[in-house]
Amino acid sequence: MPQKEMIRIVMDKCTGCTLCVKACPFGAITIEAKKAVIDISRCTLCGACVEVCKFKAIELDKKEAKTSVDFSLYKDVWVFAEQKKGKVQSVAYELLGKGRELADKLGVDLCAVLLGDKVEAECAELVARGADKVYMVDNPKLKAYLDDPYTKVLTRLVGKYKPEIVLCGATVIGRSLISRVAVTINAGLTADCTGLDIDEKEKILLQTRPAFGGNIMATIITPNHRPQMSTVRHKVMKELSPDTSRKGEIIKEEFSPETFESRTVLKDIVEEIEETVNLAEADIIVSGGRGVGAPENFSMIKELALSLNAALGASRASVDAGWIPYSHQVGQTGKTVCPKLYIACGISGQIQHLIGMQSSDVIIAINKDPDAPIFKVATYGIVGDIFKIVPALTKEFKKILK
Amino acid sequence: MKILVLIKQVPDTTDVKIDPVTNTLKREGVAAVINPFDMYAIEEALRVKERIGRDAEVVAISMGPPQAKEALKEAISMGCDSAILLSDRKFAGSDTWATSYTLSQAVKKIGDYKVIFCGKQASDGDTAQVGPGVSMHLDIPQVTYVKKIEKIDGEKATLERMTEEGYDIIETPLPAVFTVVKEINEPRLPSLKGKMKAKKAEIPVWSAEDIGCEEDKIGLDGSPTRVVKVFTPAPREGGQIIAGEADEIAVKLAVVLKDIVLGG
Repeated sequence: MPQKEMIRIVMDKCTGCTLCVKACPFGAITIEAKKAVIDISRCTLCGACVEVCKFKAIELDKKEAKTSVDFSLYKDVWVFAEQKKGKVQSVAYELLGKGRELADKLGVDLCAVLLGDKVEAECAELVARGADKVYMVDNPKLKAYLDDPYTKVLTRLVGKYKPEIVLCGATVIGRSLISRVAVTINAGLTADCTGLDIDEKEKILLQTRPAFGGNIMATIITPNHRPQMSTVRHKVMKELSPDTSRKGEIIKEEFSPETFESRTVLKDIVEEIEETVNLAEADIIVSGGRGVGAPENFSMIKELALSLNAALGASRASVDAGWIPYSHQVGQTGKTVCPKLYIACGISGQIQHLIGMQSSDVIIAINKDPDAPIFKVATYGIVGDIFKIVPALTKEFKKILK
Repeated sequence: MKILVLIKQVPDTTDVKIDPVTNTLKREGVAAVINPFDMYAIEEALRVKERIGRDAEVVAISMGPPQAKEALKEAISMGCDSAILLSDRKFAGSDTWATSYTLSQAVKKIGDYKVIFCGKQASDGDTAQVGPGVSMHLDIPQVTYVKKIEKIDGEKATLERMTEEGYDIIETPLPAVFTVVKEINEPRLPSLKGKMKAKKAEIPVWSAEDIGCEEDKIGLDGSPTRVVKVFTPAPREGGQIIAGEADEIAVKLAVVLKDIVLGG
């Protein structure tokens, strides 16, 4: 017996208007004989077509999963305060800024969760940045991030205090940790959210995120599970200025020794990036592409970056040519960044590169080809020779920043 | 002993064009390819097989619609010994929770595995959640963002995990899940022999029932998250071209960027 599909076209209502064809993010709808046809194998049941159809000609069974969770037990907004070498990372302060807004809309507390070794000194700053409470687990085995103990400790804390929302940075550590926690506690997790808000009526978290390299946006909810968990990239949310007069409660938690045991062993931490700042955290990024022409020419790009105290980025072409290490690569197979200012030098702007940087606030593109796709996303475009313009810019910025 | 690679078929980004009139994504007829990060996962699985012995077997697994067989055939053409497709209408609407559960059920059925390779993330969803999710469902260790396997034998492995500042050196017992970044290798091209093998390869299709999935853990029912709205973001505003001699341009730019540069 053929299975009844969860999405159907109502043939007498469909006019073949093609609105749904244009709305489908997955190319799953075509028009055949003036009626819409859904390719079920491509359809993800996202419902974008249902929303745009003016004739109510698409039916989607939105099965509401039954829930066994008592939502009234879950309250408060939590932020995972990632630390490295005992220092809370800036993304945690950015999340506290957003978390404050969400907690105020819900009328609940904003709590930071800090795992580490001798990190008590950091608690005051977390409070100054908006936290009403800090849950702290201080143990030598939490000094540096390891998957097992961090997963177990965070899972137990969530189980004990039952937050309704958990926010975490979309960092290497955050992304490795939070999906393990979400799987263990059967929670919904949405990656790389660029917008977070509360639905005032339902009191649920609305998570908006780009998909397919930012070419479409999706709003996602977790209707029947708690907590509602999201990761957010660096620089997406705005931190609050520290207010040292704020008062907060520090709650120290202890767990049995096996909670801290790890199957993996961290043998060493190697730091490679010395002269330029971390790409993800940078306010300004200067990137070089194929137009730089040779590895030695990167010194010119680096000099501009240094003059601006910026991070050094690169396109895939220059990384693959061996001119600069992979850790600098911006784009689909490299890093996704959203600095305040992105200066692309000699980068043509292949879609894979644009995916990684097009959400930057201001984009400057310098390229000799006036038809280069990079100019389509550039706030300011300069058609010209990078070997003349980049040194001139360096000179000018040095003057300003002197 | 088996080395497993979990791959995803995604729309080819290089094939995506922006409609110049409406400024929206053109999606009709976009080709499907293996997720770029998964190419590195396949290559590394093949290299590990070469390192630890020819009796190891590399099995590629994908969850997706029937046409995802093409991606698995490509994996075989690169050198994977066999491939399995997980395909069932009941999997439709899976989020990363349900996907990682479904993949882990297939892994359990295959058994006798030492390493499970995944790409760091998929280019269509960009979540990086499925690899860690699989390791949790299987309750085995994971190492994410792997850029180098320093040592590996049947019992344990030492790896370099890329971080924001450099890398960590991590030792893990096996079996484990590794998610890999681009730096780890350069994927090989399929050989002629591989292509012939892929052409003839029979790819078994496993359903939810075949891998013993609990119905409330797969597809839309097994997915805690729900997409409630999908929309195309407003295109970036067209920019301004600054012309002139290099020095003039630099002065003009310095004026408009002054606030950002000074940390305003």
